[in-house]
Amino acid sequence: MAQLTFREAIARGIAQEMRRDESVVLLGEDIGAAGGVFKGTVGLLDEFGGVRVRDTPISEQAIVGAAMGAAMTGLRPIAEIMFSDFFAVCWDIVANEIAKSRYMTNGQMSFPLVIRSGNGGGLRFGAQHSQSVENWAMMIPGLKVVVPSNALDVIGLMAASIRDDDPVVFLEAKVLYSSKMDVPDGEIVDTLGSAKVLRTGSDATLVALGAMVPKALDAAQELAASGIDCTVVDVRSLVPLDTSTILREVGATGRMFTVEENPRLCGWGGELSSIVSEEIFYDLDGPIVRITTPHIPLPAADALEDMAIPSVERIVTTVTKSMNA
Amino acid sequence: MATTTVHSGPTELATKLDMYRSQVALRQFETRAYDLFLENLVKGTSHLSLGQEAIAAGFATAMKKDDWTFATYRGHAHTLARGVPMTPVLAELLGRSNGLMAGKGGSMHLTSVEHGVMGSYAIIGAHLPIACGAAWSAQYRGTDQVAVCFFGDGSTNIGSFHEALNFAAVWKLPVIFVCENNLWMEYTRTTEVTSVVHPAADRAVAYGLERIVVDGNDADAVYDVASTALARARAGEGPSMIEAMTYRHGGHSRADPGKYRPDEEVAEWFAKDPIPRYRARLLDEGASEEQLVAIEADVAAEVEVATEEAKAGGIPGEDLLMKDVWADGGSSWRN
Ligand SMILES: Cc1ncc(C[n+]2csc(CCOP(=O)(O)OP(=O)(O)O)c2C)c(N)n1
Ligand SMILES: [Mg+2]
Repeated sequence: MAQLTFREAIARGIAQEMRRDESVVLLGEDIGAAGGVFKGTVGLLDEFGGVRVRDTPISEQAIVGAAMGAAMTGLRPIAEIMFSDFFAVCWDIVANEIAKSRYMTNGQMSFPLVIRSGNGGGLRFGAQHSQSVENWAMMIPGLKVVVPSNALDVIGLMAASIRDDDPVVFLEAKVLYSSKMDVPDGEIVDTLGSAKVLRTGSDATLVALGAMVPKALDAAQELAASGIDCTVVDVRSLVPLDTSTILREVGATGRMFTVEENPRLCGWGGELSSIVSEEIFYDLDGPIVRITTPHIPLPAADALEDMAIPSVERIVTTVTKSMNA
Repeated sequence: MATTTVHSGPTELATKLDMYRSQVALRQFETRAYDLFLENLVKGTSHLSLGQEAIAAGFATAMKKDDWTFATYRGHAHTLARGVPMTPVLAELLGRSNGLMAGKGGSMHLTSVEHGVMGSYAIIGAHLPIACGAAWSAQYRGTDQVAVCFFGDGSTNIGSFHEALNFAAVWKLPVIFVCENNLWMEYTRTTEVTSVVHPAADRAVAYGLERIVVDGNDADAVYDVASTALARARAGEGPSMIEAMTYRHGGHSRADPGKYRPDEEVAEWFAKDPIPRYRARLLDEGASEEQLVAIEADVAAEVEVATEEAKAGGIPGEDLLMKDVWADGGSSWRN
């Protein structure tokens, strides 16, 4: 057992897979000697050398394009896009090339690659370095989308993403990088497409992702003190989506509250709301409520950013109001 | 043309005859594709390489079997030149289940991994960085494979072109970029919107690469520059950029008559048609008229068979629709 930060867990998960599989290689800006701007790759250059851990120019299209070309010819590349907002400058390769090519070629090609990226707000970086873009990735057929919420899950889901034969967008909540957790020694491998029930209650189910998970847990604790007993589900992976766990847990309490960091429109909670209302409508005891960042670019000032991103307080008041309505 | 080097092409006459056969096959195939379009059997769009055959044939002849081709939407020629049979290519154009990708890709996305044809890409410039990745993989695994990436003159003005050149040069990747400069984008002359005269070769210099312009309507010349660049790449000397001057005989895509081009320009380039030129040279160099006629007849018969087989192909079934989004063969995104 060792206490690890979320950022250390990234390097540990990658190192675990690089030791067992020579075809795993890394590329990105400042990931080598510098260890990444968020320090997610610290130690990997020293252990695996410059042939497997390669610094790139500031060329996001070249980075994900090279990952694609390497993946289709037998490697398992892990590309880093420093901030997920920067996906916008290489989205063609992600959305049109990587995601579509297996289908277009009638299954002739495989793209076993991972694109990691620092995602979301909370660090007061302003609108171009703070957006939570999970909904961008979720809407593209052919991409898997994984969003861990703690260090243990980072290792296991990273390993599963690297071993997966499909392209995975792996979004790391920047605000969680320094969060700590005790993690067992030895190999850790998780499965994609499995949500985790972190707490079970009888009144309402909070469904959360990434940085919103610890907030949902804190909110559940406060709500319990005022007599509202909540289940908390950590979605962990948007594609594949573990609808069976979510439907079961929402059905059990009869209420669903999603807690989403992405801007409101077309957030993952919208899709989930549609699935819940189509499939277990008669198990619901009240409206589905989405708690999201408003549909705005994120402001920089701490006071403003804190108003925008769902807070523990906002979750508590929203749930309380709706449950007592 | 910037270079006055005399190109002799392959040393064996037999190889030259193969290269002639390849050009004739591309010409006859594309002509048939056009005819089938007029019959409304080729759906969607298609972009023919009529007039540009020498580039595909010259490169494919110089390449090794396990080298990789990355093509654009104008990719029929590059696919066939690597040895993919005509029937599945034509059937793909017709949207049939015996198509190269069972109808799921279409004319613009021809791919045959088995033949080293690693995709045809319809977003301008996208495949240059992807070819870099394949070259990186060859470099990493220590194979001597080379990635050859074809694109048009207009594609030199998109960002990924420049990202890929710098990236390939810095990583010394075994990749060859081949600009098929047919002077035109869709309906605009590339020099009207480009800061230099030779959009690929003049830019290559900025990335520390040699400035190479070649007569793309001369298969021997293409073969020679291709061989040199392939040898360089295999020797670990890094990427090359080759700008091959050529001209498309028809419009940009199926519905375009190409009327925006001046008659004199079209006439000038038809006079430089790579196929009659190569035919005359072969006769000079000792091939017999009978040999060439036999090749032409043989190809014509192959096109007839492919046409019949493609037309006889089935309509793709619903089972294909939901297949192969994921590596498990399916399309499920939830449990
Ligand atoms: C990113 C992008 N922009 C625009 C287009 C539309 N388009 C398709 S082909 C083409 C012209 C390309 O010209 P060139 O690179 O010279 O190739 P050629 O067709 O002459 O072989 C354009 C603008 C596209 N497919 N992708
Ligand atoms: Mg052109």
